[in-house]
Amino acid sequence: MYIIIVGGGRIGYYLAKALLDEGHEVLVVEKKANVCETITEEMGSICARGDGCEASTLAEIGTSRADMFIAVTGDDEDNLIACQVAKHKFNVPRTIARIRNPANENIFKKLGIDVTVSGTNIILEHIEEEVPTHPLTHLLTIRDKGLEVVEVKIPPESTTVGKPIKELSLPKDNRLALICPKEGNPRIPKANTTLQAEDRVIAVTSPESEEALRATLRGD
Amino acid sequence: MKVVIMGCGRVGAQLAALLDADGHSVTVMDNDSYSFRRLPADFGGTALLGNGLDQEILKRAGIEKADVFVAVTQGDNRNVMAAQIAKHIFNVPKVTCRIYDPLRRDLYQTLGIDGISPTTVFAQMLKEKLES
Repeated sequence: MYIIIVGGGRIGYYLAKALLDEGHEVLVVEKKANVCETITEEMGSICARGDGCEASTLAEIGTSRADMFIAVTGDDEDNLIACQVAKHKFNVPRTIARIRNPANENIFKKLGIDVTVSGTNIILEHIEEEVPTHPLTHLLTIRDKGLEVVEVKIPPESTTVGKPIKELSLPKDNRLALICPKEGNPRIPKANTTLQAEDRVIAVTSPESEEALRATLRGD
Repeated sequence: MKVVIMGCGRVGAQLAALLDADGHSVTVMDNDSYSFRRLPADFGGTALLGNGLDQEILKRAGIEKADVFVAVTQGDNRNVMAAQIAKHIFNVPKVTCRIYDPLRRDLYQTLGIDGISPTTVFAQMLKEKLES
């Protein structure tokens, strides 16, 4: 695959290395001369100096034959514009933008960017998982279906302890996929399965109903 | 009409002052409060400190009720992004922005953002002046 990366900073650098190792044709677009030099010295002539938002630069590096276009500069607006130029002017089939402000995720989606990766969100989620009292942890997002896989821990004082699952009024379209008890093996929940204190419940939910799911399972 | 201007540089401040003098309701945003010194002493509109790419700040600027949104910061990309947020997220009826790069301006014209490239406009004016 021919993959163009805009931004040769830390993320762009390691991404280029990883993609080269996988055997892809990679080109990094970077504004700063010294950053370009470092990349060229270490990885060969895979770095073009220029502005990844400029149509003329993108034309020179053959963007119209790129299979994927990834913008990972430190500025959300630059990543947005670079991806939009690649998509609308050069018809690149897949555009990926790094975002720093998590609030921009929805904006980018509405403005036609195929995939967004929010470093801030990823770090937050990993830290949240390590906080033992955190009531709900995001495990996975199934983007094209608008679904989320989450984990909810049942507190010992919850009114749901000892209740069978069929008696819980779960939000519509939510599914409990797995229950990991404190001791013993994980089990697939059935209608008569009862919840126990400290159970970790893995559930499929949506961004709109996750709050209701959390409240139902924790008996808030 | 209700106008929201992003960027209180020379152009933003002057535009804000002109529209305010004509009796329009003007809010001008900038992420540096020092920029507001460019507004005239009798400016009757609102000067709002904050990043115009932040939806909360835009709401505070009254973008949900705005008739017009103008982005005139120094950065083409910031202007284009803000203009798209105003048009596609907040459905502001009239949106325009400054895009120095003429090629980028042309591309976004086809994508529905009616920007102005001062580069093209000013070069044309200079040419006319020289030829007259």
